[in-house]
Amino acid sequence: MAQQATEGEFTLDTAAVLAAGEPASAIRGRSPWYLAWRRLRRNYVAFFFLGLFILICVACLLAPVYAKHVAGTGPNQQHVLENVRVNGKLVPVVSSGGIVNGKLTSAIPIGPTWFSGGGKFVLGADAIGRDVAVRLLYGGRTSLFIGIVSSLICTFFAVILALLAAYYGGWGDFTITRFFDLMYAFPVILLGIALGSALAINGFHHWGINIQSGSIWIPTFVISYVLVAYVGRPLRGQVLSLRQKEFIEASIAQGASPFRVMFIELLPNIMSSVLVFFTLIIATNILLESALSFLGAGVQPPTASWGTQIADGQDLIVTRPWLSLAPGIMIVLTVVALNVFGDGLRDALDPRAKVRIQR
Amino acid sequence: MAAFLVRRTIGAILVLVAVTFFVFVIFIVVPGGDPAERIAGKNATPQNIENIRHDWGFDRPFYVQYYKMMEKMATGSLVSYTSQQNVVQQIEQGMPATFSLSIGAGVIWLFFGILVGVISAISAGKFSDRAITVLALVGVSLPIFWLGIVTRYYLAEGGLTSFFPDGEYVPLTDNPAQWFFHLILPWTVLAVGFIGFYGRVLRGNVLDTSNEDYVRTAKAKGLPPKRIMRKHILRLSLIPIITLFGLDFAGVLGGGAILTETVFDLHGVGQYAAQSINNFDLPPIMGVTLYGAMFIVVFSVFVDLLYAYLDPRIRPT
Repeated sequence: MAQQATEGEFTLDTAAVLAAGEPASAIRGRSPWYLAWRRLRRNYVAFFFLGLFILICVACLLAPVYAKHVAGTGPNQQHVLENVRVNGKLVPVVSSGGIVNGKLTSAIPIGPTWFSGGGKFVLGADAIGRDVAVRLLYGGRTSLFIGIVSSLICTFFAVILALLAAYYGGWGDFTITRFFDLMYAFPVILLGIALGSALAINGFHHWGINIQSGSIWIPTFVISYVLVAYVGRPLRGQVLSLRQKEFIEASIAQGASPFRVMFIELLPNIMSSVLVFFTLIIATNILLESALSFLGAGVQPPTASWGTQIADGQDLIVTRPWLSLAPGIMIVLTVVALNVFGDGLRDALDPRAKVRIQR
Repeated sequence: MAAFLVRRTIGAILVLVAVTFFVFVIFIVVPGGDPAERIAGKNATPQNIENIRHDWGFDRPFYVQYYKMMEKMATGSLVSYTSQQNVVQQIEQGMPATFSLSIGAGVIWLFFGILVGVISAISAGKFSDRAITVLALVGVSLPIFWLGIVTRYYLAEGGLTSFFPDGEYVPLTDNPAQWFFHLILPWTVLAVGFIGFYGRVLRGNVLDTSNEDYVRTAKAKGLPPKRIMRKHILRLSLIPIITLFGLDFAGVLGGGAILTETVFDLHGVGQYAAQSINNFDLPPIMGVTLYGAMFIVVFSVFVDLLYAYLDPRIRPT
């Protein structure tokens, strides 16, 4: 039964009349990236933590400036026999041990001077008289470098392997997935310290690659290697389902080369996941670097990193807790910042996230 | 079912062989110093070293060395290069501590992980959800060894109190009360990260499942919310958690809690591995890796079976 259009009732015709009266506004196509950016822009918490991460990075990059102009020392410079002026009084940087008041005491470094030391030893000194604050910033450079670079390498290889496996299928896929299975069967940290400590002794000199022992490239490569499977496997799953889609079939039918299909057709479709993985893997890598360095299989002394600093401070924790507390707090801040921003990024890039936020 | 078990058993054996081979190759490709020199000690003559090299078979081709090592492993006669102690016995000695740590921590993290996830999903968007989310996030972001050092300092070494014992493992059979008391801190430290992670995963799963049509049907027919949560939502949402738990628990049982064991000086399998790695001692590393991989492989079969039982739509493959 058709309804009679009466006057005053709103029908499609009236809508058309109204629309014709309005000035035409262009409907612009928005790319998914733009839409994601718009969603991300509204997530102030994620932005705050991105800011925090950038702040930490900038502070660590400025380490040489701080070391030269504020603390007046280097990251590996020892001040065991020197004195420092705190509140106008001269205090030894590392108190001499021996018999004090009839009790045997060991040498104790100076504690945090905060603002009374004129910028020197703000967070105190370590057992061999190095400025902890300076080392903290230099250690941040090492830890952040390893975290970011190993994440880059790890995601790069994971993407390549995932694309190759899912595109070619068959034997290639079989080999690559078995490799992933194999990596999953290793406890990550065990493999990390096995590789890390093995390479720490003589470095790596094969296949035209020469890395000296003690180089921070060793932990970087070790960390990126042990995590490849953990990024590669989920990505392979995604590519595999995309591989069945019509647009890939169409592209192959038009004679696209495998390279083109993999990198021009498939890669942009998994790029959002890759970006999220990249952000979150930096956080994991910073934690892994600190763990390996703590066990002696990561960054080698005297190079400062947050992990080695915690390990160095462990013996003095009762008298000078800040030696271990400060680098630990830096790790927690950095990793929390990356995790929150990574989550925000995922919410913005994943269209399903809208459902979750509305709840 | 039988076909599944046969296929998985063959697969598991292949993975274990591959894992040992892989570890072996690492130690061949990566020059870590000559084991013969280490066994000989500091004041050895070249002739001594040469003899040891020959006696231990370091001059044989690497596949022969690999085969000999696997043979010794199978018969339980594998000995360390540095301390000459039997590797299998050493691992057995570490197992009580590792098992005590893993099982206690596993119970804690599974229980609190589920609790945290369910509470924050029920109160999604409210203050308690936000607070829990922040805490869970900090939990996953803590370096576990640092948390161990800091809790030891504040709760056991007099930073705030010296109430808790400062590390070390007391066997359950010696003194159950002290066993429990000594393990409280290690359990908590090991569980914190997992609680945060599981809570976050479960929260997302529960929220996703709550949107399903069958949950709306259950609500519409007037079932009490608690029943819907327990029988309808959790039954499905817990499946990924079971997978995670199976593999994480296997990892920890297999010596993966290296950091916790080292920080609290528990003398477990993980700490044994860490010490051997520092000495660049291949046989113990091989032993522990194989031991750890075995747990992971066996548990992944269990997980698949449990998966199929919990979600009848999935057949074990």
